[in-house]
Amino acid sequence: MASITMDNLHKVYTGGVRAVTGINLDIADGEMIVLVGPSGCGKSTLLRMVAGLETISEGTLHIGERVVNNLEPADRDIAMVFQNYALYPHMTVFNNLAYGLKNRGFSKAEIDRRVRDAAEMLEIGAFLDRKPRQLSGGQRQRVAMGRALVREPAAFLFDEPLSNLDAKLRVQMRVEIRQLQKRLATTSLYVTHDQLEALTMADRLVVLNGGQIEQVGTPMDVYSRPATTFVAGFIGSPAMNMLPADYLRSTQASDNLAHLPQAADLIGIRPEDLALETPGDGDLSLTGKLLLLEPAGAESHLHLKFDGLHENMIIRLPHVPSVIEGQALSFTVRRDNLHPFDGATGKRVS
Amino acid sequence: MQTKRMTFSSKWLPYALLAPQVIITVIFFIWPASQALYQSVLRQDIFGLRTEFVGLDNFVRLLNDPLYLNSLNVTFWFSVGTTFLSMSVALLFAVMVNRMIRSRDTYTTFLVWPYAVAPAIAGVLWWFIFNPSIGIMPYMLKGFGYDWNHRSSSTDAMILVIIAAAWKQISYNFLFFLAGLQSIPQSLIEAAAIDGASRMKRFWTIVFPLLSPITFFLMVVNVVYAMFDTFGVIHATTEGGPAQATNILVYKVYRDGFVNLNLGSSAAQSVILMGIVIILTVIQFRYIERRVNY
Repeated sequence: MASITMDNLHKVYTGGVRAVTGINLDIADGEMIVLVGPSGCGKSTLLRMVAGLETISEGTLHIGERVVNNLEPADRDIAMVFQNYALYPHMTVFNNLAYGLKNRGFSKAEIDRRVRDAAEMLEIGAFLDRKPRQLSGGQRQRVAMGRALVREPAAFLFDEPLSNLDAKLRVQMRVEIRQLQKRLATTSLYVTHDQLEALTMADRLVVLNGGQIEQVGTPMDVYSRPATTFVAGFIGSPAMNMLPADYLRSTQASDNLAHLPQAADLIGIRPEDLALETPGDGDLSLTGKLLLLEPAGAESHLHLKFDGLHENMIIRLPHVPSVIEGQALSFTVRRDNLHPFDGATGKRVS
Repeated sequence: MQTKRMTFSSKWLPYALLAPQVIITVIFFIWPASQALYQSVLRQDIFGLRTEFVGLDNFVRLLNDPLYLNSLNVTFWFSVGTTFLSMSVALLFAVMVNRMIRSRDTYTTFLVWPYAVAPAIAGVLWWFIFNPSIGIMPYMLKGFGYDWNHRSSSTDAMILVIIAAAWKQISYNFLFFLAGLQSIPQSLIEAAAIDGASRMKRFWTIVFPLLSPITFFLMVVNVVYAMFDTFGVIHATTEGGPAQATNILVYKVYRDGFVNLNLGSSAAQSVILMGIVIILTVIQFRYIERRVNY
């Protein structure tokens, strides 16, 4: 058990590519932090820097009380779960789990006890004598988890561990990993590009873009108050609609917009914050033409074209309305559901 | 189930298409092989005037001939030495080259070149390097107090032919080992590093076992090479000497048949060699298909 402190971490590759720039992050003992961002945002690089698989170009990294910048991966007291599981194909499941313990000189009895405990916890006890290729994707995932567990490390590092699983299994493993992590209360750093995984699993969420932190916060914080237009567009599906403030000012009653800061020239509206108009509901009213109705079972996504707006807007309704494409529809939105941004800097203004 | 069946417009076309391969096989394998089988049960008198049928007597004589048994022994050590030397050096090179990033292709190209050198040329090359009177190696070894002479010392001769034969094969082995190393996912090595395995331990417990299918394949290929493709090397360096010390089976077939003109014995020896090739081929197909390790 340990906290992890990143102090101004930089990663510059030979050739000058800057993968990670100036990361400051304090991870409390037992906390589950999810690093999320698009491909190439530096999230995996950052994780690998913590693991010791990439060198740290600048800054200091603490795990617990120790500065670990120059320690080998084996000496950092961490365990990692890889995207492709990285199970040793020529060893049985038992030996896969035992390998790290053997290397550290644990006694045979202790190895046996720990492996069996982990196997029981992950329900892979029946497969201990099998080779990895004889296991299904979900079982391999469990073995990879088991290999991390048996070591009882100070921190778990997860590098997109669920992205090779099918959708159903992914949801199931997501729940299991989170439950396990809560039960063991082991500090965890989890990398994913899947925003749903990020929102559901994190104690705190770190949104990365271009090697920098865009926002850190609890999932609901990040969702309800995105700090930048990037976060607003990345977290939430469908993505947040962005309208020029001028468009709203020209079409809406001015007192509805009075609370918005002058600097805000871009207004974000979540698709689910727009409601089909019923009188007396909401503050602002928008009318557009329905381009496409996408029914998605319990909900539906409406793509609308608004006069004078270049981009289409997406609206999410908790039901499938009986409307036809081409029809003009009016929507309302409450004024505290408007997210004001400065279009030039991309930052939220308050 | 639908069977894929080609239909030809002419009845003769399929035969014509197969003909080149069949003709080559008949002329260069079936014919000489049956000649060898036939010859191996015959014996000529010294002047080549009479030929008589002797059954398996040629084989019986061979297996009781101390020179032939010596040749078997020499071939065994020569194959083992060549295979081990060429494979271990190749593996070492492959591991080193695999660690490079930008210069990898350049090194690979240079390391593959020796493979293009003909066996006889390789033999001459090493003959010069190790020549007791003008060679650079004996000169250097003298500095260490070792008097190299592969013309009189059978150990020196054996070392020379092993080096000359292995040198050429290193390139081939290197390519396979490098490809094998590159197909091992980096994350396995990283996982092992996190699991606390030292560099050496990672190599012997993760990398080497994962290379085992390639190692096994190369072992068979190298043994076959050492036994059958090294005629040129031997011929250009030691010619089987001194005192039969490097007279491997293939070379002995040639010496007995074409120099000493004992056709019956020579044919019997090639039949035995054919048997060995068949066994090695069976081993290769049997086990390679089955992926040795995992």
